[in-house]
Amino acid sequence: MSFSWTRVGAIVQKELRDYRRNRFVIYTMSFLPLVFIAAPMVQIFTIRASITTSKFDAHIGLALLYMLILPAIIPSVLSAYSVVGEREQGTLEPILTTPIHSEEFLIGKALAALLPTLTVAYVIFGLFLGAVAAFAHPGVTSAIFERNHLLVQLLFTPLVAGWSIWAGIAISTRMRDVRAAQQITVLASLPPVGIVALMNFNVITPSLGLALGLAGGLLVFDAMAWRFVATLFNRERLVAGARS
Amino acid sequence: MTSPGIGSDVDRALVVEHLTKRFGERVAYEDVSFEVGYGEVFGFLGPNGAGKTTTVRTLGTLLAPTSGAATIAGIPLSAENGPAIRARISIMPESPGLYLRLSIRENLECFARLYELRDVRHRIDRVLHAVNLTDRANDLCGSLSKGLRQRVALARALLSDPQVLFLDEPTSGLDPVATRDVHDLLTALRERGVTIFLTTHRLEEAERLCDRVAILNTTLRLIGRPDELRDQLFSRSLEVRIGSQLDDPGRVFNGLANVEGWEQSPSGSYVLSVADPDAAAPEIARALMSANVDILSIAESHHSLEDVYLELVDEDVEVSKR
Repeated sequence: MSFSWTRVGAIVQKELRDYRRNRFVIYTMSFLPLVFIAAPMVQIFTIRASITTSKFDAHIGLALLYMLILPAIIPSVLSAYSVVGEREQGTLEPILTTPIHSEEFLIGKALAALLPTLTVAYVIFGLFLGAVAAFAHPGVTSAIFERNHLLVQLLFTPLVAGWSIWAGIAISTRMRDVRAAQQITVLASLPPVGIVALMNFNVITPSLGLALGLAGGLLVFDAMAWRFVATLFNRERLVAGARS
Repeated sequence: MTSPGIGSDVDRALVVEHLTKRFGERVAYEDVSFEVGYGEVFGFLGPNGAGKTTTVRTLGTLLAPTSGAATIAGIPLSAENGPAIRARISIMPESPGLYLRLSIRENLECFARLYELRDVRHRIDRVLHAVNLTDRANDLCGSLSKGLRQRVALARALLSDPQVLFLDEPTSGLDPVATRDVHDLLTALRERGVTIFLTTHRLEEAERLCDRVAILNTTLRLIGRPDELRDQLFSRSLEVRIGSQLDDPGRVFNGLANVEGWEQSPSGSYVLSVADPDAAAPEIARALMSANVDILSIAESHHSLEDVYLELVDEDVEVSKR
């Protein structure tokens, strides 16, 4: 039986329906974005005209960094739950008794985490840009709207989310406790944010070539990761516990 | 152990040959062989830890066997054939495993799409009707009682019209009313000719629903129709109740041609081992009347499947103590 997008769609639809009625997910999806829009606003609107160039860069870098932590944190919470959560509530075995392939299940889980993440992250970034354009000092506005910064934000949002999702699912396939999986996943989702942070703080000069190179690397990782995670997804171990 | 001959795989829903599953040093089940025909309700009995659920998980391609072979719905059991086998079967695990924040209909829609079924709405309506849940379709599964969740799980298992339906302890933890409802559903499925592989340790359930049963205690101990198993393990007997105690029962019973032996039960009645109850009963009645005894009743003793089961399990306990 070949790969089926219908089965992938079934998992995505089920997950999205479940998120809508899950208070923890609703809380994560609403409270975290509030934090991650408030914090960069503080960074931007506390910049004074007399500020030094290095401090100015730091404020801008930190403000933009918040925008990239969001797509790392939100999906890590969702993806860490993806397998171990199903296992804990006893729904994994019924799913695995259907004709679904492991890859279909994993891609469904990944897409279900990616779609709300991108929606929330881009909406928050849009609101942030709108606020900056309307209320910030012109110097700040031009720095934020600088081409490379926009490119980094737009390009790296899905790529950082992808890293976080696959790290979370990989951890979720090996853990037996949801909370432990979520804690480890949050840590595992940070490395790409660190690289982007270096670019935002101008420690690494965010040239177009560097940004595209890093994006390409993350893209290859995200595209290949599902194959690696599929090898970790051992049905026998997941169903029978650690005995096999 | 009675082992059926292995026939053509085409007209058999399940053919299992010398299947063994080990987890490291621990044996879950060993050298298990049996066949199940299409339309048959096959009971799989055994104490906790006997390997019943592990056998179902193996046949459902969730676990790989350590050795042996099987054919499920005409397809040889192998990792590559897993999705094709799972498309032809359904497994209802012991725990319903429903998405509690989704409605009944949403749960069923998800599984209908996983099986890539057509005409999903019609199918869902049909299985909801079968389990009497049509008017609860939009209720969240989290709001349902355990019995209703079990019914939803059964509806989910029926969605794909499976060639073989595996039910793992379908009435576990249910109250008598919910148990009766599930039994009625299984009876209806049986009448429709659905092949059912039922694991249970409710012996009256197996006796009532199953055409044949197998008793597993790591190895397959016995397989056959419930009445066959009784005949294999227990000699036939007549229970004689009389108005007063016999002074010398041996003088009355020992000389009878159709009586192989006798004993007095704790209740005071006499239990006589016989080869042919129909021939023995008149002979016993005549002997008792000659002894001037009032006969209250002469009836054939019935051993239940529970007696068969306990006999075998007790044997295993005795063997393990040695």
